[in-house]
Amino acid sequence: MKLLTGNDLKSGLVIWWTGDGWSPRVEGAVDAGDQGESILAVEEAARRVNASYIVDAEGGMPVHIKERVRAAGPTVRADLAVNPDIVIEKA
Amino acid sequence: MYKYDNYDQAMVDARVQEFRGQVERRLAGKITEDQFKPLRLMNGLYLQLHAYMLRVAIPYGTLNSGQMHMLAHIARKYDRGYGHFTTRQNIQYNWIKLEECPDLLDELASVEMHAIQTSGNCIRNISSDQYAGAAADEVADPRPWAELLRQWSSFHPEFSYLPRKFKFAVIAADEDRAAMRLHDIGIQLVKKDGVLGAKFFVGGGMGRTPMIGPEIRDFVPAEDLLSYTEACLRVYNRYGRRDNMYKARIKILVHEIGADEYRRQVEEEFAHVKTLGIDPPLAEFERITEYFAPPAFSADADAKLDRSDPDFAVWLDQNVKPHKQDGYSIVNISLKPIEGISGDASADQIDAMADIAERYSFDELRVTHAQNIVLPHVAKRDLHAVWSALRNEDLADANLDLISDIIACPGLDYCSLANARSIPVAQKIAKRFENLDRQRDLGELKLKISGCINACGHHHAGHIGILGVDRKGVENYQLTFGGSGAEDVSVGKIIGPGFDEDGVVDAVEKATEVYKEQREDGERFLDTYRRIGVAPFKEAIYAK
Repeated sequence: MKLLTGNDLKSGLVIWWTGDGWSPRVEGAVDAGDQGESILAVEEAARRVNASYIVDAEGGMPVHIKERVRAAGPTVRADLAVNPDIVIEKA
Repeated sequence: MYKYDNYDQAMVDARVQEFRGQVERRLAGKITEDQFKPLRLMNGLYLQLHAYMLRVAIPYGTLNSGQMHMLAHIARKYDRGYGHFTTRQNIQYNWIKLEECPDLLDELASVEMHAIQTSGNCIRNISSDQYAGAAADEVADPRPWAELLRQWSSFHPEFSYLPRKFKFAVIAADEDRAAMRLHDIGIQLVKKDGVLGAKFFVGGGMGRTPMIGPEIRDFVPAEDLLSYTEACLRVYNRYGRRDNMYKARIKILVHEIGADEYRRQVEEEFAHVKTLGIDPPLAEFERITEYFAPPAFSADADAKLDRSDPDFAVWLDQNVKPHKQDGYSIVNISLKPIEGISGDASADQIDAMADIAERYSFDELRVTHAQNIVLPHVAKRDLHAVWSALRNEDLADANLDLISDIIACPGLDYCSLANARSIPVAQKIAKRFENLDRQRDLGELKLKISGCINACGHHHAGHIGILGVDRKGVENYQLTFGGSGAEDVSVGKIIGPGFDEDGVVDAVEKATEVYKEQREDGERFLDTYRRIGVAPFKEAIYAK
């Protein structure tokens, strides 16, 4: 599956495409299928997302460690975590 | 400390106003991210893994209390209550909002600070010895020279679009406390026949191709320093590679054409530049130097120290260094608590350090390339009071230069370039060696961790270096031994296959055991490694 991510233009915070908008939590992200590039073109033009890109995912969670850390927040500051339950390490 | 004149302040204020307009246009959709990105980077604003990150310049790592208080204020008002002191003596904030950044920069400018030239292919913040003006071994105070270079390099029209970023370090002692020869240009002030001048080392650096800067000139008279520097940059700007960013640093140019040929070209250019009259008149240099006059040291600052409190005594032995002025000491504040994050300080801690500096260190602080803070001028009679005040803020760790005083880049926890996390590895190693007696028994052991090949964590210069890599989507850590950023400069060598996070902690511990078995009197880990080679370490670490 393909997830869409980027940063909020004003706050810079990480956001994920939910199908009808953007959420800071990856749990709400949806599979963009083969529509990723066209969705991002529209959303970037409307400034609803910045520096966006398409992410490979399995079971709703990004495959690559970098995007899992993006989804979790800093793993060394529980107080700043977005979702500390996300498993960072690859099995 | 240097004080802005009207030109300095006007330049910084104008830049803030310019950036305010650029941010407004970006938020209104009048410019794209592609157009905006180089503009925000010129103002130190990156888009990192989680949010915008702002890097604020701290020229040659020197701050007054008012500036330090402002850094705390910014952490509270614009960020999430903390800042991260970096290996280039700067501070970074990890959670800045774009729409608030112009107001933040306005507040910074009110205390003569900015984020200009903390990114981009330009001359970055000039770094220096954190003990400048306090060290007994310096031939002169390097700060006026660093300030001169700051003024010369700020908005230098010819050097704003270099082939790649460019880093200076200026020191004035034989003991190198600034990793001087691992900079694009390292300048060591020296005296020859009683006359002040500078040795120039050009083409050092870390990153994916670590190199030690060769000596290009053994003595440049002080009055020619800017002309010679300009000549060094001109040759680089003309011939540095712009076609390949991985080969664009000056170290590649100097390596490819050779130090002798680079030197020849610089001398040729210098002969021309010297006719242009860019070196400042003596009066201007004296004006700058006056700002760095020694503080009004007290004649009765000395004290017989009561060492009956063992924690205080250990802190004195580990973190307090001799001062050139009788009765005074240099105090190092470790930002490396066990289980903490290297270089991080909360807003409250930053405020506390500012207060302590105002009361006990003539209003001055320094940031070190090892991500610690220095109070440069503390009267011996005040050392116990300073220690007590630091301890109240959890800032009295007595681990300077020990194995838990780890340089670590932000790594994959914050950085979009990183391949692996650095901070958790640093925390696990520090925790493993938590016992301070054990650390002190191991003695000076500089351990440095980078989360990618860009080497912001200076792993090449670590007695033990750790490089985090991505091995098929899994974090993996390579060990290097034998590096040094000091006057015995060397680049560490990879010892063998990498490890997972727990494995690298075990490997470090095994290396320290080999050292303890093999060391001779007075030898540091680095000395023993250099004497016996890597084989005994590999044998212990990779034993089945």
